[in-house]
Amino acid sequence: MAAAAEAEHHVPVVAPVEADGVFSLLWLIIALPLLGAAVLLLGGRFTDKWGHLLGTAMPVGSFVLSLVSFFTLLGRDDEERQVAQHLYDWIQVGGLDVGMDLLYDPLSALFLLLITGVGSLIHVYSIGYMAHDPRRRRFFGYLNLFVAAMLMLILAENYVGLFLGWEGVGLASYLLIGFWQHKPSAAAAAKKAFVINRVGDMGMALAIFLLFVTFGSTSFTEISVGVQAGTTVGVSGLDTTLNWIGVLLLIGACGKSAQVPLQAWLLDAMEGPTPVSALIHAATMVTAGVYLITRSNFIFENAPHAQTAVVAVATVTLLWGAILGCAKDDIKKGLAGSTMSQIGYMMLGAGLGVAGYAFAIFHLLTHGFFKANMFLGAGSVMHAMDDDVDMRHYGGLQKLLPVTFLTFAMGYLAIIGFPGFSGFWSKDKIIEVALTENLFVGICALLGAGITGFYMTRMMFLTFFTKPRWEKGVHPHESPWVMTVPLIVLAALSVLGGLMLAGNWIVDFLSPVVGHVEHEEPPLPAIVITLIVVAVVGIGVGLAFLLVQKRDVPREAPKDVSFVVKAARADLYGDAINDALVVRPGGHLVTALVATDRTVVDGAFMGGSTTLGGVGQALRRLQTGYVRSYALSVLGGALLLVLILVAVNL
Amino acid sequence: MPEFTKPDLEYFELLPLFIVFGAACVGVLVEAFLPRESRRLPQVLVTLLGLVGALVATVWVAADIVVHDDGAARGVVGAEGSVVVDGPSLYLWGLILVFGILGTGLFAERRLEGGLSAFAGQAAALPGTEAERQASAKGLDHTEVYPLLLFAIGGMLLFPASGDLLTMFVALEVLSLPLYLLCGLARRRRLLSQEAALKYFLLGAFSSGFFLYGAALVYGYAGTVSLAGIDQAVRAGTADHGLLLAGIALLAVGLLFKVGAAPFQAWTPDVYQGAPTAVTAFMSAATKAAAFGAVLRLFYVAFDAERWSWQPMLAVVAVITMLLGGALAIVQTDVKRMLAYSAVAHTGFLLTGVIGAQGAGDLAEGQYSSLEGVLFYLTTYGFASVGAFALVTLVRDAGGEATGFGAWTGLGKRSPVVAGVFAFFLLSMAGIPLTAGFVGKWAVFTSAMSAGFWPVVLVAIASSIIAVYFYIRHIQLMFFTAPEPDGTAAVSEASLLTVGTVAVCLAATVVLGVVPGPVLTLVERAGDFIR
Repeated sequence: MAAAAEAEHHVPVVAPVEADGVFSLLWLIIALPLLGAAVLLLGGRFTDKWGHLLGTAMPVGSFVLSLVSFFTLLGRDDEERQVAQHLYDWIQVGGLDVGMDLLYDPLSALFLLLITGVGSLIHVYSIGYMAHDPRRRRFFGYLNLFVAAMLMLILAENYVGLFLGWEGVGLASYLLIGFWQHKPSAAAAAKKAFVINRVGDMGMALAIFLLFVTFGSTSFTEISVGVQAGTTVGVSGLDTTLNWIGVLLLIGACGKSAQVPLQAWLLDAMEGPTPVSALIHAATMVTAGVYLITRSNFIFENAPHAQTAVVAVATVTLLWGAILGCAKDDIKKGLAGSTMSQIGYMMLGAGLGVAGYAFAIFHLLTHGFFKANMFLGAGSVMHAMDDDVDMRHYGGLQKLLPVTFLTFAMGYLAIIGFPGFSGFWSKDKIIEVALTENLFVGICALLGAGITGFYMTRMMFLTFFTKPRWEKGVHPHESPWVMTVPLIVLAALSVLGGLMLAGNWIVDFLSPVVGHVEHEEPPLPAIVITLIVVAVVGIGVGLAFLLVQKRDVPREAPKDVSFVVKAARADLYGDAINDALVVRPGGHLVTALVATDRTVVDGAFMGGSTTLGGVGQALRRLQTGYVRSYALSVLGGALLLVLILVAVNL
Repeated sequence: MPEFTKPDLEYFELLPLFIVFGAACVGVLVEAFLPRESRRLPQVLVTLLGLVGALVATVWVAADIVVHDDGAARGVVGAEGSVVVDGPSLYLWGLILVFGILGTGLFAERRLEGGLSAFAGQAAALPGTEAERQASAKGLDHTEVYPLLLFAIGGMLLFPASGDLLTMFVALEVLSLPLYLLCGLARRRRLLSQEAALKYFLLGAFSSGFFLYGAALVYGYAGTVSLAGIDQAVRAGTADHGLLLAGIALLAVGLLFKVGAAPFQAWTPDVYQGAPTAVTAFMSAATKAAAFGAVLRLFYVAFDAERWSWQPMLAVVAVITMLLGGALAIVQTDVKRMLAYSAVAHTGFLLTGVIGAQGAGDLAEGQYSSLEGVLFYLTTYGFASVGAFALVTLVRDAGGEATGFGAWTGLGKRSPVVAGVFAFFLLSMAGIPLTAGFVGKWAVFTSAMSAGFWPVVLVAIASSIIAVYFYIRHIQLMFFTAPEPDGTAAVSEASLLTVGTVAVCLAATVVLGVVPGPVLTLVERAGDFIR
């Protein structure tokens, strides 16, 4: 029975071969940007002159290595396409062996190309974008640190190594969101991202502990073998444990990938410099959750409840993000809402199991191209508009910024799924699989595609068409070549990314990792579904055309709007919900505690308004400084211990 | 007339103890016979020689000790059953001696105070009087701190190696009394220091009373004070069970007080803040190691068969300790107090390890036993703690050490190296991967998880996240917050003694995080307690 289920799913185990040839240089892919970060951050002012060049050269070096490895991998048979490199024993005692091990397989190969490729382009772009920033060297140091951590996350062969990269990208993201530390909003955004991500990390940490306790290992190889062996003989309780592990991993993924309910930080994270938004908060880091779930396919395929949870979270998020995108006037926040929604699509694909993993990764790659393209385009527009981000102050920019306009348009056509562009192929596939698996989810995904068409068209019109609304002193101008060349490359990729699906290549390429199923027939013929999707998108685009292009756009956002718009502008009350569920009950608890106290202590030093800060303030009053009250607490403690012992023995 | 039997002593195995106590006695003689102004150098030399000698002896003993059960345990029961020199004892001895050497370095530092030590010129002079001013002007110095340090270390060595409850009690007092004194000897802010010492003394005496009463009750139950004998009595389980339970609880009070677990933690912040920072640095690492050694030995050797009674008790204490430590650390505005509450939280994490699975049968293949986990955690935490407190001595203004957060604001701009290293120690305490703290936390949490205490692990992970919050906030304060305009605190130049101590701690923390393998192997080789 279990064996039959196994055969049905075709979840491959991870069975890598030893690294040789060019693959023995895998470690160098991580080491290069890490070295760059070390030189730039420790080198001090000495490196100011050439720091940005070194910082750009390092990811380019990694990209070249990734490319060579990729083509070498293509030359191998399917069975030999998983390569492991053992660097050194990190934690080794008895049979426990957490090695600094790297795993290079088709999944990590594609990610490497995305991270180093798009990363290199964004480094080049940043040379121009950050040209006038006095701390440019430090910026490149942080960016290199991010790239190194992200590569560690992707290449790790066990969950502990993955967690190392996971924390590393979190740290780099924190440093870069708050890079313009003179802005209080940036510091607050960095802190918010940090705190929310801790919740996700707690899920991750627990999942890893549970994996270790269950399987005695954290390596992908051993756990995948252990799951297969366990389900084959039917170990009792294993499926419950796997479901728990899956849910905990999902919590981790929600934090990093800004999925509901841990989504609140992503829009604020746009306080960081625009290249950061493009690289970290659109193309790479935020997709780590999708990677985590795809990488853990051997767990999720045996954890149906966890998979259902993934699909539910993904469906809510893809609509949530899309609705936010409709109401934002800040061009970067609009794009951030869109990112949230698109990651929802990827999560949906990953949650649908073997049928969807490959398409989730496919959409992740195409999204990496077109969203990075549009973010950099937005940066270019901001560059032209004196760092104004309000789309209501733009308008009619297509003549003045021809390159930015054309490249942005390519990204636009890709994201709405204009036939032939990369996003068309990838999104269409996910919707098709969703409709096959569950009609309701499929319809939600379809609806999301329509809304995407609406908000992206709105953004396009507000920025490049409609009447100019900018102020007198602003003189929009095209960006220098160092910024436009990356745009052109990314635009080309946005158009052509769909080629990866030619001859079903990406599905076959990934099948050694994520498995392969016979194609199930969708409820309607594929071509009909495609036509419906295009029609729904067309309706969205048409609505935006009527509402934005055909009317006058006021420079100030109108106040007398419907409830729906108000809610969307307020991030669908995400912060209010956090406040009501977490922050305020904590406050009440504190008030209650304070009422029972006699002494008064001076106020909190840094306004620790968080729940625990408040509880701490109240507890602090217990620290009276009197020996007699301390002695009383010792006595009370002694009583407590006796009582517990007695209670245990009753 | 009763016949006197000469006790049979294992001179070789007990060599480290003899060296440390011997050096302490030599130190007392130096105090007695050398003139005041020429005592310092001999004292420092005697102390360092004694500690290094004891460390060498420890390594020698460890290499030569008897091995039992195919390496599962090693060691001898010595001194007529009152001292047990086994793997865990030897590991802790090494650890405590290293912390002692680092502490001596901080004690001997004189450059920071302009040629004076961090200790009071004349402890008997009332604060704020003419006598104190004169003592300071004459450059007087209390060199008694070195023999006191040695006596405390001697007690710490004996504490985890005790073979019976009475030796354990004596060791507890031997290590505590010198520490009470040392805490009161600060040169600056003497009232705060003296108040802390008195509080520590009163509460310490109070909790020692609990310990002693507990020992009496357990003696009543088992008819012996030897830990091995108690173990046999508990396994036989014939006597009145209530007596045993009360005894366990009262013994636990005495030990939990020393490790600073809630609700016995109240002294920690006051004492850590009031004591001279060099003493705090030494005490935070070495006392914790010694006291946890004693906790482990008492509960694992004497009360092993009663495991299911005391495990829930320690679980509750661990949960309260972690939450209280974390919550209170958040609202502190003084670096030393923040580190003190962080020490309380770490006590909770260590207790999480103590309740973990111990027997080989409860462990998955290759998992750490709780003993191994706790020993490793003590190592990682100790180095980070000594290093962090050593750095606290460097940030000074006109009034001595500047420990308020205001003085540390924007330190990253003024002294990036000091702030960077401090940040690194904080990150290690927070348990960020690739630092030593991560591996330590990993070890203790997994062993508690294997014992089925997942709710405690849940709380532990939640409180490590709280901890990350206040550590990172301090890093943010140092690097990302603009300093107050009237801030005058700066990093003073220290001599090689402090710099060397920090460097050793930094190196140890880095190595333990990146390649913990050798130390983990050492911890594993230490094996089990012997009875």
